[in-house]
Amino acid sequence: MNSSLLLSIVTFVYGTAAFLYIASWVFKKNTFGKTATWTSLFGLVLNTAGIILRWIESYQLGIGHAPLSNLYESLVFYAWSLILLYLVVEKKYGSQIIGAFTTPIAFLSMAYASLSPNINDRIQPLLPALKSNWLIAHVVTCFIGYAAFGIAFGISIMYLLKDRAGDDAGPLIARFPDIRILDELNHQMIMFGFLFLTGGIITGSVWANSAWGRYWGWDPKETWSLITWFIYATMLHARLMRGWRGKRIAFLSMTGFAAVLFTYLGVNLLPGLHSYGSMGQ
Amino acid sequence: MSDSRQSAGFSGALTSFFSSVRLTVVLLLTLAVTSIIGTVIPQNQNPSLYVMNYGEFLYRLFSVLDFFDMYHSWWFQLLLILLAVNIVVCSIERLSKTWKIIFPDRVTIRPERFRQASERLEARLPGEPEGYRDKIQNLMSKNFGTGTLYSTDSGYYVWAEKGRWTRLGVYVVHLSVVCLLIGGLIGSIWGFDGYVNIPEGDTVNAIQLSGNNKKHALDFEIRCDKFNIQFYDTGVPSEYRSTLTILQNDKPVITRDIIVNDPLQFNGINFYQSSYSQVPGTGVVLSFVSKATGMEYLEKAVVGQTLSIPEGLGTFTLTDFGMGFQFRGHDIGDAFVGAWKPATGEPVEIVLPVKFPSFDKMRKGDITISIAEMQTRYATGLQITYDPGVWIVYSGFLLMIIGCIITFFMFHQQIYIEAGIEKNQTAIIVSGVSKKNRLGIENRVQRLMNAINK
Ligand code: HEM
Repeated sequence: MNSSLLLSIVTFVYGTAAFLYIASWVFKKNTFGKTATWTSLFGLVLNTAGIILRWIESYQLGIGHAPLSNLYESLVFYAWSLILLYLVVEKKYGSQIIGAFTTPIAFLSMAYASLSPNINDRIQPLLPALKSNWLIAHVVTCFIGYAAFGIAFGISIMYLLKDRAGDDAGPLIARFPDIRILDELNHQMIMFGFLFLTGGIITGSVWANSAWGRYWGWDPKETWSLITWFIYATMLHARLMRGWRGKRIAFLSMTGFAAVLFTYLGVNLLPGLHSYGSMGQ
Repeated sequence: MSDSRQSAGFSGALTSFFSSVRLTVVLLLTLAVTSIIGTVIPQNQNPSLYVMNYGEFLYRLFSVLDFFDMYHSWWFQLLLILLAVNIVVCSIERLSKTWKIIFPDRVTIRPERFRQASERLEARLPGEPEGYRDKIQNLMSKNFGTGTLYSTDSGYYVWAEKGRWTRLGVYVVHLSVVCLLIGGLIGSIWGFDGYVNIPEGDTVNAIQLSGNNKKHALDFEIRCDKFNIQFYDTGVPSEYRSTLTILQNDKPVITRDIIVNDPLQFNGINFYQSSYSQVPGTGVVLSFVSKATGMEYLEKAVVGQTLSIPEGLGTFTLTDFGMGFQFRGHDIGDAFVGAWKPATGEPVEIVLPVKFPSFDKMRKGDITISIAEMQTRYATGLQITYDPGVWIVYSGFLLMIIGCIITFFMFHQQIYIEAGIEKNQTAIIVSGVSKKNRLGIENRVQRLMNAINK
């Protein structure tokens, strides 16, 4: 058993969990819900094991480093953070329907990592510029933040569905948590995510300063993380203005998550790259 | 209207403009949207590249709008300054109002507020209010550390609070943003960054500034003692390491190795490993072939040294080395230049390209000179920065994290439990107020009520 195989199984388990959450919401069967929770917990355990195994394997290859160094590894870690955070939210707020809107994100992340032909799942040696403890701090904080924003995204969709349906909501939407709870939960996730995104930008800056002597260089990836930060900072303030509760906040939350995705996956399509050091001569 | 009132009206309007959260939202969104421009248009490239990509018209337009260096443009900087003014004015305005709330001379409790609060539970229990007093006080001190008892006409109430100071958190966040902007400004005014390539063994005392062609003199010297690359088994580099020595008045002060991610600091100036190159060593082995005898003589030489050639063929002086040397309009790569002074006659300039050993044959002279062997040495490429604002920025980072934790996860909470006699029973009110944590206070009220009921 190697880590890639184990992590492919995790993809399948998360897919099953997402399916069960949706089934439990649509068919209102409690057994589905219970199984969904246990399935995602099981997936989380396997996911953890996969990450640890990969870490061990890198040491066996003689290039030991934390498995947070390339796109594949970060997608795996993203799924892990999202499921972990979701399970905490589920435990705290007792609503499983949120799972139907958030666990699919973890599944998609794993599926993209495992199945996309463009993503290399081999363990690669670290470039000199990546050899820093700040790398670990940077990736971990960023991705926990992104996980919170992913959950806020799912909640925002639910909010908008519920808001549009109004009083004469069909049975599916009537099962959603109260709209005030959704709004509050959205805000909580944003605050949590904002703290970690801030931490991620800060650790990234400190790392850049220690590697290249500048804490900020306006490169596209840095700039996009700042754009994301501006959007969520706008959200935090927009709540203070009259009339900016609920719907517009939900839209901003979704825009914020789009910016997250672009920062993460889209920036590479732009001219110029997030250079991991300019040493390759 | 008198002049003074007019100006008060104007400054009042200015203050209210700058203290509005609406302006904040507009500024943050504008910053978010405009920042995209610089990620779509590559910044600080060669003008000809822009003309090629965008055409003459768009190039002109974008130049006027500063899109090619937008993060340093006046309008982007203006947005940042407006944001800073917005934060400062708004925070001073609010803090002057909330200071009394955060640090009151004496806390006044208005029972009415708690009796009507929406996070409130009521119950009727058998017996006298006095019978519940110890229990309620215990609960309060267990949950809040303290609790103050006040008597009322029909009984008493206990009030407790915690986290009043956490209302300061948001000002810490805003202060941190100001720190970042000021630190960044200081760095851009008094800081510099540049680079230098130092061949192994060489010493420099000036660097090349980035962005312009100026040199910047250092008030000390820096020497590269050694440069070394290590590779993974796959052939990919795993480490770049330079041994550097700082000299002051020709005396070594520090010698240290640097690798990527681990710079050397001296007098506030940082030296980062950023690249490397190969340059010719100080010495070459020259080959002299005599036309008369066909003999080849090998001699070691360094630039500036004069050699005498056997068979009375005169002297040769290695005068210079150039990279990308031009010879009659052709690039012949790296080349040495020397002067051959025959026993009789005028000196001749001789070009010795490293890549073309038979180059000098074309001259058809009494002697053919070429490079038989050349040692190369590494030159380390250092990035050099000086940023006196970085500590303010780092303080801002710290304040921002602390401030966010306080604002997001710590709250000012007040709890109020009243017990009063009502128709031979005890009427209990458990009530709580927390402006920013309604859900939390609701849970707490519920838990306290359950505990009293037990
Ligand atoms: C990049 C800049 C800024 C950042 C990162 C920032 C951050 C924050 C944060 C994290 C909060 C707490 C929100 C919450 O409790 O959910 C907050 C609240 C607030 N901010 Fe800002 N802020 C910024 C700029 C500004 C500016 C320019 C103003 C000027 C009007 C402003 C006015 C306020 C106000 C009035 C509050 C509410 C304070 C309260 O609850 O008493 N902020 N800000």
